[in-house]
Amino acid sequence: MIELSLRHTFADLDIDVAFRSDARTLALFGHSGAGKTSVLNAIAGLLAPQSGRIAIDGECLLDSTRGVCVPASARRIGYVFQDGRLFPHLSVRQNLLYGTTARNAADDIDLATIVELLELGSLLDRRPRNLSGGERQRVAIGRALLSHPRALLLDEPLTGLHAEARTQVLDYLRRLKQELRVFTVLVTHQADEVGALADEVVRLSAGRVVRQVTIAEFIARRTAFAAGTIAFSD
Amino acid sequence: MGALTHDEWQALALSLRVGLLSVACALPFALALAWLLSRKRFPGRVLIEALMFLPLILPPVVTGYALLALFGRHGAFGEALAGIGIVVAFRWTGAVIAAAVMGFPLLVMSIRVAFDNVDRRLEAAAETLGARAWRRFTTITLPLSLRGIAAGCVLAFARAFGEFGATISFVSNIPGETRTLPIAIYELLNTPGGMPGVRRLAIVSLVVAFASSAAATVIAGGAPWRNRFDD
Repeated sequence: MIELSLRHTFADLDIDVAFRSDARTLALFGHSGAGKTSVLNAIAGLLAPQSGRIAIDGECLLDSTRGVCVPASARRIGYVFQDGRLFPHLSVRQNLLYGTTARNAADDIDLATIVELLELGSLLDRRPRNLSGGERQRVAIGRALLSHPRALLLDEPLTGLHAEARTQVLDYLRRLKQELRVFTVLVTHQADEVGALADEVVRLSAGRVVRQVTIAEFIARRTAFAAGTIAFSD
Repeated sequence: MGALTHDEWQALALSLRVGLLSVACALPFALALAWLLSRKRFPGRVLIEALMFLPLILPPVVTGYALLALFGRHGAFGEALAGIGIVVAFRWTGAVIAAAVMGFPLLVMSIRVAFDNVDRRLEAAAETLGARAWRRFTTITLPLSLRGIAAGCVLAFARAFGEFGATISFVSNIPGETRTLPIAIYELLNTPGGMPGVRRLAIVSLVVAFASSAAATVIAGGAPWRNRFDD
């Protein structure tokens, strides 16, 4: 469960967002510049908002009124960036184990499980520059999961991938959702990604929450929009 | 022209020792200062940068005099060091200090550029994976800056190897103790019949300088064989 409220003013965007969700996979959906990635950065601890409160599963990560701001390194948030951000000087295996070493944690998500789920076995000794876009994203997802996160943040994980790689990574993400019960926040501007992965959708526009709907409502609205029965869709 | 004489070998060996040790001594301080200048904004930053550049701008003799004033027997640090039995003025260890001070700005500048060129987003990614500041530095920033650090070390070594003014002011010209290669050349220039020795040592200097420059260029630009063996 996530409870989030935050305010932050950038030079070109004023963010004032609040939502609460019990969904296992929550999508933040909206156009570029809506403030989606800023919300993810605030959850991860990479952006310190001017004010706000963020709690996941009841654990407070940020509360500006109480002066609480857990550093990013202690939040246990797995973040899959749009560009992967694999460490170029480390092998795939070293990238995957980076967060595991840092937290020295042990639970049911281990290297063997991730390698099997994401089919990374043949890539373990390669360097990131020798991977395709889809392979890089799979490694980035595996690396984030191996840091034993309380929440997984996916920032447009399929953007920039060609159609085949996109379908492939989407299939892996579906499989992970079924096999691993990790609370996930997905940022995307692609409705099909929302439909494939999310349980609930928060629509953002210009730094504000426009609407929060279940995935069934989201699909129904898009169907109605396609049929011409409503003017705007989520 | 012939081979190097015993005294010339001694001067060459001393210069190599002073050059290597000065880089080794300056490196930890240079890494810390370069990181501070690259990653932090703080009051007094401009002052620190200006102070750091002083050895490049000041006449080296003035730097040598300043070192003598600080580390001489009656200097602010020299007296304290002498109290625990450490004397650096007029010793080869003083030559190391002089060379380290003179090469320091080059070292810091190279390392700072290397740190600036590390993608900060990778450090942020490491942070989300649980890495605190020291681990991010040692596992991400430092390895990705190695080429720049190595190039800076080579440049600082070359600067230290050729150091003359600050060294002769601070530790004088004592054969076998502080007579480095440039000082030996100066000595031979003022000695009747010393020209063959000057030529020999000048050639040695040229070789070391060229090798350092080539090494710095290759390291900074990436070795041409690198891609063949990676992965």
